[in-house]
Amino acid sequence: MIQMLKELIEYRDLIMMLTLRDLRVRYKQAAMGFLWAIFMPIVAICAGILIKKVMAVVAQHSLDTRGIISISVKVLPWTFFISSIRFSVQALIGNSSLVTKIYFPRAVLVLSTVLACLFDFSVAIAVLVVLLIIVKVGVCIYLLWLPLLLLLLILYTLGLGLLLSAANLFYRDIKYVVEIILMFGIFFTPVYYSAEAFGRWKAIMLLNPLGSILEEIDKVVVLHQMPDALWLIYAVLASSAVFIIGMMVFHKTEPYFAENI
Amino acid sequence: MKYALEFDHVWKKFKKGEKVNSLRDAIPHLFKRNNKNVSLQDLEFWAVKDISFNIEKGEVVGIMGANGAGKSTVLKLLSRILIPNKGSMKINGRVSALIEVTAGFHPDLTGRENVYLNATILGMRKKEIDGKFDEIVEFSGVREFIDTPVKRYSSGMFSRLGFSVAAHMNPDILLVDEVLSVGDISFQAKCAQKIRDLLSSGATIVLVSHQLDMMQSLCKRIILLQNGEVIKDGPTDQVIPHYQNIIFKQKEADLRNKMKAIEDQRVSVDTRTMVEITGVEFNQSYKLGEPIIFTLYYEAKEKIDNPIFWFGILRADGVLCCSSRTDKLGIKIDSIQGQGKVTIDLGKNLLAQGIYMVRFSIMDKEMIHPYVIRNKDVMRVDIEGPKSTSDAVFLPEIKWKF
Repeated sequence: MIQMLKELIEYRDLIMMLTLRDLRVRYKQAAMGFLWAIFMPIVAICAGILIKKVMAVVAQHSLDTRGIISISVKVLPWTFFISSIRFSVQALIGNSSLVTKIYFPRAVLVLSTVLACLFDFSVAIAVLVVLLIIVKVGVCIYLLWLPLLLLLLILYTLGLGLLLSAANLFYRDIKYVVEIILMFGIFFTPVYYSAEAFGRWKAIMLLNPLGSILEEIDKVVVLHQMPDALWLIYAVLASSAVFIIGMMVFHKTEPYFAENI
Repeated sequence: MKYALEFDHVWKKFKKGEKVNSLRDAIPHLFKRNNKNVSLQDLEFWAVKDISFNIEKGEVVGIMGANGAGKSTVLKLLSRILIPNKGSMKINGRVSALIEVTAGFHPDLTGRENVYLNATILGMRKKEIDGKFDEIVEFSGVREFIDTPVKRYSSGMFSRLGFSVAAHMNPDILLVDEVLSVGDISFQAKCAQKIRDLLSSGATIVLVSHQLDMMQSLCKRIILLQNGEVIKDGPTDQVIPHYQNIIFKQKEADLRNKMKAIEDQRVSVDTRTMVEITGVEFNQSYKLGEPIIFTLYYEAKEKIDNPIFWFGILRADGVLCCSSRTDKLGIKIDSIQGQGKVTIDLGKNLLAQGIYMVRFSIMDKEMIHPYVIRNKDVMRVDIEGPKSTSDAVFLPEIKWKF
């Protein structure tokens, strides 16, 4: 594991190059350019507002702005997560000519894919920050937790990405399963609603590490509250575990990639 | 002295046939585990069997063998793309492979971007590339189009750029697989020069190629593979004849099968013949300078007046190397009837090494109708030593005077 990380650091130039390649290709083809990075979040936020509105009508009270802000804050990490996973699943298969011809640590491919998505994520964050300032969300000391939460999000995404990319190489239909889960995953994760709404069943929503990370992000950014210690610890443990398992599985299966692709 | 590459009893197996590569197939597979073992082993084969060799630092070694001998598998093992099933290998130094030089190219990126991308994939640092960028572009000769997406490149420009990037690495160990046939003659000359530069830089080089000339001029040692095993490992001059032998045997077998097929067809069409060639006697293989004599046996069922005998030797690729006709030589044959024999004496053999077809025919006096054509004799010329590497048809005794 340590050795694997060392090798990855040695290949940092390659990671940067492949990330740049992904970004260049994406932005070259899309006429919208940088709008591409915020396109999906905007659509997702609109869908969220619509759902919120419907719920408000049913419950017969007015649409609250805080809810909309929460949705916007939670949608960004969510879109980062699903686009990373979606691209990671294809990262090895899509570069089969590289995998079968040239040696380098294969994790580079997944890493650069996630990094490219992280770039999109950062662009979207920049836009969001401007919006949050406009609606006067304000700052608080708990924002210092945000870097840790984002790190957990990245670790969890990377771990799953490594695991699924390797799995998809050996079993090609994994990508269809993943696609379906990603499509409906938003309803099983507290993005458009808060886990609190479930009362006693709240824990089930938060067992998904992504759920607890999103909730904590919402807490520190919008609600200005201290993160829930128990769920924070759980998120740290769960996402580190996913990351380590992902790395190990990837590392163990890596030698067989070239002949099974 | 530490070796650059060490192969210690390396085995590598592959599976034939369709692989289980989807969950849909994998799940039913779990339930029929009991006969799984047997069927899988049937489908497996060893692509590399118990190969051991050591390559010293700075050595230039060629790997040769017929198609399917396992050359590419060995290269892939060397470049760490595949790992052996059994045995161990050690690689000391930075390896770079000129295997698929354009593998890292992305069609939508410009030449410039692709140079950077591909060079990093091959293991160069960004700073290194900055320093060598101009050299690489100059070498490839596509400077004018360096900011054009490579999808608009011609295939020649594409592979030239790929080769240029790969050729400007400074590896400790370089693996080369049949990539020198890129571009036009002047570009190929540049490539050969580049390889020579690398040679003198002290890099260890492993070459895979079928081009005898190149192997002879570049390598001092050749490892000959057949069916995944090392059958010869030694100085180039000693190994190349063995390689040629393998190739010729294969060609010979192919040719015999082909000619047999033709012969079978002919017989079924043309059954009524007035004269038959019942047999031909000659040695199956000759060496340079050895006398060649063919003895032809025929049987004429009817009397044939003024027949013309024709004979020719064709190289395996169809080039007519020599032929002879009795009427041109002024030999008059009044008539033939019944059994008879003809001897054809070619004197000393001057043909270069290779596989040849020998064709005989007996025709009527106006050369309009061949009574019989015999087209199934194959002879082989083996020549040992370095004299024999060019593609020449004949190897006469040539003396140079200055």
